[in-house]
Amino acid sequence: MTSTFQFDPVELPPECKELRQEVRAFLKQEIEAGTFSPGGGRNENAALFAKKVGAKGWIGMTWPKQYGGQGKTQLERYVVTEEMLAHKAPTRHYSTADRQSGPVLLRYGQEAVKENILPRICSGELCFCIGLSEPNSGSDVFAASTRATKTEGGWLVNGRKIWTSNAHQADYMIGLLRTSNSTPENRRHGLTQFLIDMKSKGITIRPIINLTGAHDFNEVIFDDVFVPDLHMIGEVDMAWKQASAELAYERSGPDRWLETLQSLVELIRVVGPEPSERQAEGIGREVAHLATMRRMSLSVAGMLQAGKTPAAEASIVKDLGTNFEQALPNKVRLMAPVRGDSAPDSNDDRFEQALNYTTLIAPKLTIQGGTREILRGIIARGLGLR
Amino acid sequence: MPDSIIVDTATKIFQDLCEADTVNKAEKGEWPKALWDALAESYLPLAWVPDDLGGAGAEIADGFAVLRVAGRFAAPVPIAETLLAGWLLAQAKLASPPGPMTIAPVYEDGNITIGADGKLKGRARHVPFARNAAHIAVVATRGGENVVALVEAKDLAISPGVGLSGEPRDTVSFDGATAVAVGAAPGLDPAKLTLIAAAARTQQMAGALERILEQSVQFSLDRVQFGRPIAKFQAVQQNLANLAGEVAAAGAAADGAAEAVGLYGVEGDIVAAAVASAKLRVGDAAGAGAAIAHQVHGAMGFTYEHTLHHSTRRLWGWREEFGNETLWAERLGRAVAAKGADALWPFVTQGS
Repeated sequence: MTSTFQFDPVELPPECKELRQEVRAFLKQEIEAGTFSPGGGRNENAALFAKKVGAKGWIGMTWPKQYGGQGKTQLERYVVTEEMLAHKAPTRHYSTADRQSGPVLLRYGQEAVKENILPRICSGELCFCIGLSEPNSGSDVFAASTRATKTEGGWLVNGRKIWTSNAHQADYMIGLLRTSNSTPENRRHGLTQFLIDMKSKGITIRPIINLTGAHDFNEVIFDDVFVPDLHMIGEVDMAWKQASAELAYERSGPDRWLETLQSLVELIRVVGPEPSERQAEGIGREVAHLATMRRMSLSVAGMLQAGKTPAAEASIVKDLGTNFEQALPNKVRLMAPVRGDSAPDSNDDRFEQALNYTTLIAPKLTIQGGTREILRGIIARGLGLR
Repeated sequence: MPDSIIVDTATKIFQDLCEADTVNKAEKGEWPKALWDALAESYLPLAWVPDDLGGAGAEIADGFAVLRVAGRFAAPVPIAETLLAGWLLAQAKLASPPGPMTIAPVYEDGNITIGADGKLKGRARHVPFARNAAHIAVVATRGGENVVALVEAKDLAISPGVGLSGEPRDTVSFDGATAVAVGAAPGLDPAKLTLIAAAARTQQMAGALERILEQSVQFSLDRVQFGRPIAKFQAVQQNLANLAGEVAAAGAAADGAAEAVGLYGVEGDIVAAAVASAKLRVGDAAGAGAAIAHQVHGAMGFTYEHTLHHSTRRLWGWREEFGNETLWAERLGRAVAAKGADALWPFVTQGS
């Protein structure tokens, strides 16, 4: 018996190294052009930026050319994604579609929908959101009760989704809706995925302001919203079977360990070339953990490229990665130069902004996209404990 | 990627000849002759020595993969040390003799010299398995130049000691000894030896971590309390999931170091960063992982009779050797700070 998970080593092929340089050059140019500023927090040029990235062919780049993709590898996509994140580029407009919604449509969507929607994701036009959580269905995803009832030519949707990031800016949602009751044998039965046009009649979007003061997530209310048959994704009542591959993509990417890197970068700037012993040790420790996270994340990308579904490995990456990125701002804070009674006082606005911002967002990192407790449950299942 | 035939051969040998009793007896001073002879017959300890210098001429990756397996079995033989000694001798174009070997010094500031009369001078502490070795490969200076010397152990004054790992860690005096062979090795100093030796220890540690995860999972499935296996309790599941994460991270970090040594030897920034990251990350995993494994095992895991301590004691001992977490963290932190904030990301992605 072996209970060790598999993280196959990956060597990035030469085309990835060239691509990385190309992405860095593009980002440098966009920063200089003022499209965004790294470390600037939320940025209002996200839609414009998406069009520019789309023009480079870097959205949906692994999808087939007939749907607007480039037929590139997961490893090439990985390189683009991590460069975008490391430079704090405003990927918000397209990242959900690129990472999750597009692949779901590609795999389970109906042909006419694929032909219509996927090329518009690739061009950077369309923004997606994900309708999973509900007031009484958070970590317990399969408790969703927002209902789709069959009607002439389609379905009528009634209910509420909550914590829906970007709903107020999204063109489409992929929603998980109840089409039948669960069965005693399978409580996951009875849910179906749908593509929902966010401009449909009957949708109300209410902002929920988060603790940073930003408007990211929303409550979305459905009141007799019509969704055509064409927009049903996959098999009716069988959404649970479609979920595992999606989660492997969602849970292992660089966005699961790079969200607070800016605090470390700005600390290094403040500390300068001759750190104290305490600072050198602290910085080195975080860099070692970062480098290891990256290797594991890259390994999952390689296994996805090889056609595997490393669900437990992806959960390990997200668990370790989000714990790392969540803990980082506090470690940075304690490494910072200390002055008088107002520690940490770096005498540097950029550092303080980065530290404050990352401190504020830290709590969400081990909640969104699967809480730490849920992930560890998945890992425990992978170990054969449940 | 390591050669799977070599890994399978090593696994078979350890399965057959490295049982719990072998480890216990070795720690009481009984040399595990059958185990060593089987390894030596397969040329595994000389994997890093080219054919023309008496070795197996295998890849760097193969030797590291053997060490991962050896670590899983808490193998009480100087296989890492003989691999390293063979590598060291090969750097100076010296042939490897048969039999177990070890290396000295094990500290970067270790200072062993060879005088004009050809006699060695210097003392090395914490030399692993010195009392079991037929030869010691020594990094020394002769007239200010770096050399590698092969010394017969029987000519040396060795005072035995035991490390936290339970393995021999002896003090060796080289004073007045004459080397069997000496070769020039301009690029080698004790720091370079430390680098590859640290990479070797990370493999053994990653293997030991894999073992304690297996043992902990199995124990939690077997041990019944409150009417069900303790594996069914969420608190235990969360702990084991945490352990699995640490084990996976350690394996990935150790692989990173092995890969860098395979590509760049012991020269340059990339291998220095990879080994620093690995020894530190694996050291962190060793501390956190051993604590969880013991917690899951309860009092049973704290007994001599149980074998958990074969692995956890080694993890605690090995994490101190060839630089502990603090040493490598500080060094890595200084390298990063010297390059500056905007070079952090290029530094992390270098080589890929």
